[in-house]
This record gives sequence, C-alpha cells and structure tokens, in this order.
Amino acid sequence: MRVTELFQRGEFVITAEVGPPKGFHVGHLMEEANNYLKGRVTAVNVTDNQSSVMRLGSLATCKALLDEGLTPICQLTCRDRNRMALQTEVLSAAMFGIENLLLLTGDHTSLGDNPQSKPVFDLDSVSLIHAVKKLEEGEDLGGNKLVGDPPKFAKGAVVSACSDSVDVQLAKMEAKVRAGAEYFQTQAVFQPEMFIKFMEKAKGFGVPVMLGVIIPKSARMASYMNANVAGINVPQEILDELNKDPEKTKAGITGVEIAARIVKECKAYCQGLHIMALGWESKVPDLLAQAGM
Amino acid sequence: MLITQLKSKDTIESLAKAKTVIINCHGCKEVYFPEHEAAELQKELVENGNISEIITTDYICNPEHQALQLKKHMAKIDSADTVLVFSCGVGVQTTAQSLADKRVYAGCDTYPLPGFQGVTPLEFDCGQCGECYLNYTGGICPITACSKSLVNGQCGGSKNGKCEVDKDMECGWERIYRKLEALNKLDTLGYPAKIRDFNHPDAD
Ligand code: SF4
Ligand code: SF4
Repeated sequence: MRVTELFQRGEFVITAEVGPPKGFHVGHLMEEANNYLKGRVTAVNVTDNQSSVMRLGSLATCKALLDEGLTPICQLTCRDRNRMALQTEVLSAAMFGIENLLLLTGDHTSLGDNPQSKPVFDLDSVSLIHAVKKLEEGEDLGGNKLVGDPPKFAKGAVVSACSDSVDVQLAKMEAKVRAGAEYFQTQAVFQPEMFIKFMEKAKGFGVPVMLGVIIPKSARMASYMNANVAGINVPQEILDELNKDPEKTKAGITGVEIAARIVKECKAYCQGLHIMALGWESKVPDLLAQAGM
Repeated sequence: MLITQLKSKDTIESLAKAKTVIINCHGCKEVYFPEHEAAELQKELVENGNISEIITTDYICNPEHQALQLKKHMAKIDSADTVLVFSCGVGVQTTAQSLADKRVYAGCDTYPLPGFQGVTPLEFDCGQCGECYLNYTGGICPITACSKSLVNGQCGGSKNGKCEVDKDMECGWERIYRKLEALNKLDTLGYPAKIRDFNHPDAD
C-alpha cells in the first residue's frame, strides 16, 4: 500500500521511524515493531545508515518488516551510492513489493563512524526524486528503456520546517515538488508556532506534509540537538520542563507529554504525523493515546 | 591546465538579453581560451544590440588586478544590467564578488586538462565541472562552495548558516540564496532537477 493513496482519501497518516542495528540480527527491531508499532502506525520508515553510521541496510530491513505484515518506507540517501546503484536499489525495492520511498541527500560521511569513506553525492535528493520518477515512466537516467511494466512508488522527501533558514529550505522543498515529491516528513518540531508559519507557505505546494516529532529523553539530549542537529531548536521552556523532575523525565513521561502537546497544537495544520522514537518505540502507544490519535 | 569552452549560442544569447558588458579574459597560459569562436559569437551579439562594451583583459582572477583593469570601464558597467564573463570559473566568481550588485553570468564551461592546474588564487576555487553553474547560483560556485557539491539547493544539514561538515565554513547554498535574494533573482532557482555529467569530453 502506498501512503499517497491514504493522503488522497483525506486520511491523517501516522508513520514511525526505526533504525537498523549495527549487525545483522533484526530480532529486537522486529519485536519492537510488532509490539509497539503494528496496528498503531500506517507505515514504518527504515533509515539508511542514519547520521552516516554504517549499519544493516534499509532495503533488507524493509523486506523483513514487510514479511512481518508491516508497511515499510524505504529511506534512500545519495551519500553511499552513485546513480547506478541508487536506481538498482529502487528496482530491487519494487521487486520486493516495497512501494514507499523517502529520498534524501544524506549526511556527509565525515560526520559518521567511517569518516574515511568517499562521500558520493553523485545525485542529491532532488535529482534522486527525478530519477525515481523516470523509472516510473519506464526509463533510467541514461535514457534506456526498462523491460516490462515500470514500478510505482509513493515518493517522499524531507524538509526542515523550523530551520533557521526556512526560506532556503522552502526553495529546496519547491525543487523537490517540481521533481515529483508526493509527500513530506519534517525534521523534528519543538516550536509549533514556527511549524504553523511554515505550513502557511508550504501548503501552497499542494503536497501533504507530516509533522516530525521526537520524544525528548532528557535536557541533555535536547541541548545536544540544539548545538549539533540542523533544523532543531528546543526552546528554553521545554528544557526547563525536562529538568524539573528528573525521575519523571527518565521514565519518559515528560517527553511523551511534550511530544503529545506539540502534536495537538500542530495537527490541524498538517496531513500526518511522523514519529522519530530513537529507540523509545515503547513510548509510541502512550504518545498516540495522549495526542488523541 | 584548464580548458574553457563556450556555452551554446542559445544559452549565451539568452544571458545577454538585457544591456550587457562583456569581459573576456585572455589571461594566463594555464587556460586554453577559445578566442576565435568567442570573437565570432560576440560579433553577432553586438549586431543584435544590447552589448554596450567588450572588454578584453587578463588575470581577472586576481581581484586587485581586475579592479585596475576595469576602472576605466566602470561607467559602462554601472549602467549595464548584466556582465557576461568569458573566462574560467575562477574569473567569473571573482567578478561576481567584485561587482556584487550586478548579474554576472558565465559564458564558458570549464573542464580540466591533465597536468599542472596553475595558480588558483585566493579564496575562489573552480572544480572544473564542465557545466558551469554560476549563472544559476549568483556567481558562487556550488561545486566548491558546498561540501557535497550539491547543484539543486541546500541540504538539511545547515545550521545558523554554517555547513554541517565544518562549523567555521559558511554554507555555500546559504550564500547562493542570499546573493540571489539581494539581486532580486530568486526565480533563477526555479530550474528543473540538475544532474551532473561526469562523462567529460576527452580533453586530448
Ligand atoms: S560551476 Fe564551479 S566548478 Fe563548475 S565550471 Fe563553474 S566555477 Fe568551475
Ligand atoms: S550545509 Fe550547505 S554547504 Fe554544507 S553540504 Fe549542506 S548545502 Fe552544502
């Protein structure tokens, strides 16, 4: 099932993100997905060497989730593969019956755990979206015909709604829409008023946008994100809230309250919700319940 | 050693639609410049009107030298809308910075030729990508000013205008966007997805 079909029916789509392990044992990931995500979210994003840390592949993990009866969204970045390998990966996804893609540029190799790697970036998010669209039209980027029926995907992309350069991000979003992006997931939002302002402009593109949320685990994590993660800015009030009752914060109760509040404030302005649990998959049911989903 | 090649006639004509000053750089021995073809094409541009001055000079990649060379032409440049530069990518970038409020366009693409690259001056760098993007990017090279050499806009990693790879480095796409904003030319970003060509013509 493609998430775009649900957007077309006017449904509010909920997705959650999982990160493959550093290793090839997916038992724990499957357990978490089965216990906390199955039946609660429409689809599960699988990250592609997130933060440039080498892990098990997105495509293989997607296939395992599909076999468990979940709907995977395969994330694909341009950091590790040239255009040939990317197009191959897209065709392989189609063969497995994976119909949802999220197409990104990817973090630079120097930020990760194999910093000596060659950063590829033969394509970027925009040209990758274009490449997938061409494959859907039965041709590769070199202009060569595919054999048999072409594949069909829901082509997703990302945008930083609370970026300190939101106008530059909107220009990139527009380029992605032009290239064929059909839905967007945002970077984690901690400033609902900024998100709502962003949506005023973004809605003009006529493409569904899913609010990104992270359940903050501690004030330290939030401060770390403020200093190091692009597009995330956790306001002082939220830092104070996380600092107030360390036990409650450690148990995840504060984080879930914060995330649920953000969802409630923003949901009328967007078409879906994307949860980046970062290992706290077990908190997703609580978050959804508190947000009234 | 570099080789510069003229962009297509259609492209160059479309760049010289408004009142234009042309700058040719016949500068250094490190760059092969297609003098003859450029002269022919510029003759046609002059016949079509719009060209208010053709300046032929050298070493425009050196900002001080360039300022000196352009001094006596500044009145013409000030009254033009566009400055069309026929040089390697470094020359165009230097011009785009020194004439910051002008729409500075590149008339050439720059390719590498095996061998010694020559003296790359100061802060500008040309990656000799073979398909000069400076006309879309306000004269700031996306190949060398962006850590990922992105050609379709900013990635999600820029924070406070800095690049994700190096917090001391300005994000190239932040600079490009702000430059186009200042020139009132943000519409140039409305191009269809650009895809780099790594299949360079054999430079031999
Ligand atoms: S875009 Fe940059 S690398 Fe390419 S020719 Fe122009 S200046 Fe050189
Ligand atoms: S932060 Fe800016 S300069 Fe750095 S890779 Fe991204 S777009 Fe390029």
